[in-house]
Amino acid sequence: MKISPHARRSTVTRNAIGVGLATGVYGISFGALAVTSGFSFAQTQVLSLGLFSGASQFAVVGIFGAGGGAIAAIATSSLLGVRNGLYALSLASVLNLKGIKKIFASQITIDESTAMAIANNDDEEMSRWAFWATGISVFVFWNIATAIGAFGASFVADPKSLGLDAAVGAAFLALLWPRLINKQIRIVGILAGLLAIGLTPLVQPGIPVLACVLIAIFMGLKNASDK
Amino acid sequence: MEARWVAVIASSVIAFILKFSGNVVPARYLEQPKIKSITSLVPIVMLSALVVVQTFAAGQDLVIDARLAGLVFAIILLLIRAPFIVVVFGAAACAALLRYFGLTN
Repeated sequence: MKISPHARRSTVTRNAIGVGLATGVYGISFGALAVTSGFSFAQTQVLSLGLFSGASQFAVVGIFGAGGGAIAAIATSSLLGVRNGLYALSLASVLNLKGIKKIFASQITIDESTAMAIANNDDEEMSRWAFWATGISVFVFWNIATAIGAFGASFVADPKSLGLDAAVGAAFLALLWPRLINKQIRIVGILAGLLAIGLTPLVQPGIPVLACVLIAIFMGLKNASDK
Repeated sequence: MEARWVAVIASSVIAFILKFSGNVVPARYLEQPKIKSITSLVPIVMLSALVVVQTFAAGQDLVIDARLAGLVFAIILLLIRAPFIVVVFGAAACAALLRYFGLTN
C-alpha cells in the first residue's frame, strides 16, 4: 500500500515534534549546568540561540567549569562543530538552497535535522520537509528548555551539593554512548580518555581534550590508507 | 570583555561559519577519504576526553570523588537504555546522595 504524500508529511511532522521535545528535555540539563558553571542567564541563552549544537555547548560550559579558558573552550567547541559542516555538505544537493534560506538552514544543520533528512531521502521533497521541520522544532524546544533549566538553576546556592558537577561528565558520556558503534571506535575512545588523564597534571586545563584530536588524526589517516 | 562572553560569541560565530561553509564549499574538498575518516573520529575522541576530564580533573590535579560514582551510575543507566535526562540527573542524584551522607568529597 502506498502512503499518500499528505499522510506521510504529517507523520514526518509529528516525528519532528517528537525529536524536538526529546532534545528539548536535555536542553533543561544544559541550561542548569551552564548557570551552575558560572555562566549568566544571557550567556547561556546566547549559546543555545547562536552556537546551537549540544555537544559544543556542553564543551564550552564544561571547560570553563573545569578551570579552562576561552581559547580552549572555543577550540574544543569548534572541533566538535566540524561535523555540522560535513552534514551541510552532504545535504546541499537535496536541500538545494538559495539566498537567505542558506543562512537559516545553516543554523539548524545539526545531528537531528540531518538524521531526519537522511531517513526520508527516498523522496527529495519529504527529505527537505523533514530537515526544516526537525531543525525548527529542535531549535524552538531547545531554547525554551535552556531558559527553563537556566532559570531553575539560578536558585541553586551550591551546585556540588546537588551533584551537578557529576552531571557534566554523565552528559558527555550520554552524548558519546550512541556513537560507540564498533570495536575500533571504542578503542579510540578509550585511548583518548587515557591520554586526557595522562596530560591533565602536565598541561593547562582544556589542553588535554584538544590534544586528543591527534588520536583522531592518526587513526583517521591510518583508516584511509588501509582502504 | 569577560572571558565567558568571548567564548560564547566566538564559538557561536565559528560554529555558524562551519555550518555555512558546508553549503558553499565545493564537495570535492571535504569528501576526500582522509578528511572524512578523521572528522568522523573527532567527536569520539573529544567526548571521551571530556568525560574523563569532567570526572577526574580538579584543575591540574587528578582526584577521585563523588563524580566517579555518578559516572558509574550513568553507565548503568545507559546500559538499561535510560533516556538522556535520566542519565544526567541520575548521575547528579547519585553524587549528591554520597556527599549528603558524607561518604565522599
